[in-house]
Amino acid sequence: MGESLVITSGKGGVGKTTATANIGAALAMMNQKVVLVDADIGLRNLDVVMGLENRIVYDLVDVVEGFCKLKQALIKDKRVEGLYLLPAAQTREKTAVTPEQMKNLVGQLKEEFDYVIVDCPAGIEQGFRNAVAGADRAIVITTPDVSSVRDADRVIGLLESAGFEGPLLVVNRIKPKMVDRGDMMDIGDILDVLAIDLIGVVPEDETILVSTNRGEPAVFNGSSRAGQAFRNIARRLRGEEVPFMNLAEVQGLWGRLRKFVGLE
Amino acid sequence: MSLFRRSNSGDVARERLRIVLMQDRISLAPQLMERMKEDLVDVISRYVDVDRGKIEVEWRRTGGEPALVANIPVRSVKRGVASDDRAS
Repeated sequence: MGESLVITSGKGGVGKTTATANIGAALAMMNQKVVLVDADIGLRNLDVVMGLENRIVYDLVDVVEGFCKLKQALIKDKRVEGLYLLPAAQTREKTAVTPEQMKNLVGQLKEEFDYVIVDCPAGIEQGFRNAVAGADRAIVITTPDVSSVRDADRVIGLLESAGFEGPLLVVNRIKPKMVDRGDMMDIGDILDVLAIDLIGVVPEDETILVSTNRGEPAVFNGSSRAGQAFRNIARRLRGEEVPFMNLAEVQGLWGRLRKFVGLE
Repeated sequence: MSLFRRSNSGDVARERLRIVLMQDRISLAPQLMERMKEDLVDVISRYVDVDRGKIEVEWRRTGGEPALVANIPVRSVKRGVASDDRAS
């Protein structure tokens, strides 16, 4: 029996889909059997981020409505053993599925997979309720800005009243240089107000956009700093103790050199 | 507040976030405000006779800090409160 995780944020555009793709791919690279579920019905994107958009035949709503078997709708990722995608329907609405149906679906997937990772849509309406319905644990993503942290706080409240114990926090798109000069909230500031456990800090990284352009998760790229951060998150989810990345190093050799010679 | 003020915007963000979350959390929990009101009245009633129906507790923002402002009409003061106070 596997474990189900929902990746959520409240606010859109903070990196839920990117995190789902990368954490899932990283877990598969650790020899786990993983299925990614796109719960964003009507606005599917996980297929594109994964580069699997051309292989969709059936989708989540087809499965729920009994139009096809669950196995028929799963797309196997050929780049890494044990990684699958269950795509969302694009031409339907969030109300095409109920929380009860999602719970059943995730329950079935947990029998086959070690990890079922659900990509939650933005917002706190039915799409959110569907996405969290079958999840054992929740990961909340935020970026270091006021509106995103505020929405994360709201979502944490909703998760707690839905019975989730200890949602985990990922702070995405940190810019160490901006934090250094005091123009960005740091991790401590965010943890102070949200008061939940941190599971990852992901630096802002151009390789993410490049990997999305190509449809190749950044964790497949050994030199991507963000990819490294997502691999670390996957290891922590597996119970490993992994120290948090030294963000000063994220600036790279040039940054450190400038600091050394006193240019910064 | 000047647009060109040379203050670190990270500090500004942290402060704004702190205040907005305080307000969000309290407005999401109206029953919590009610309970707090009841508790306040219970404590104050030990000393003075208050009009329970006319109590108002609300958030006000004067300057930067949000403040809880309570308006509790007092009907009468119990005899002996003052002497009790002096005795202790």
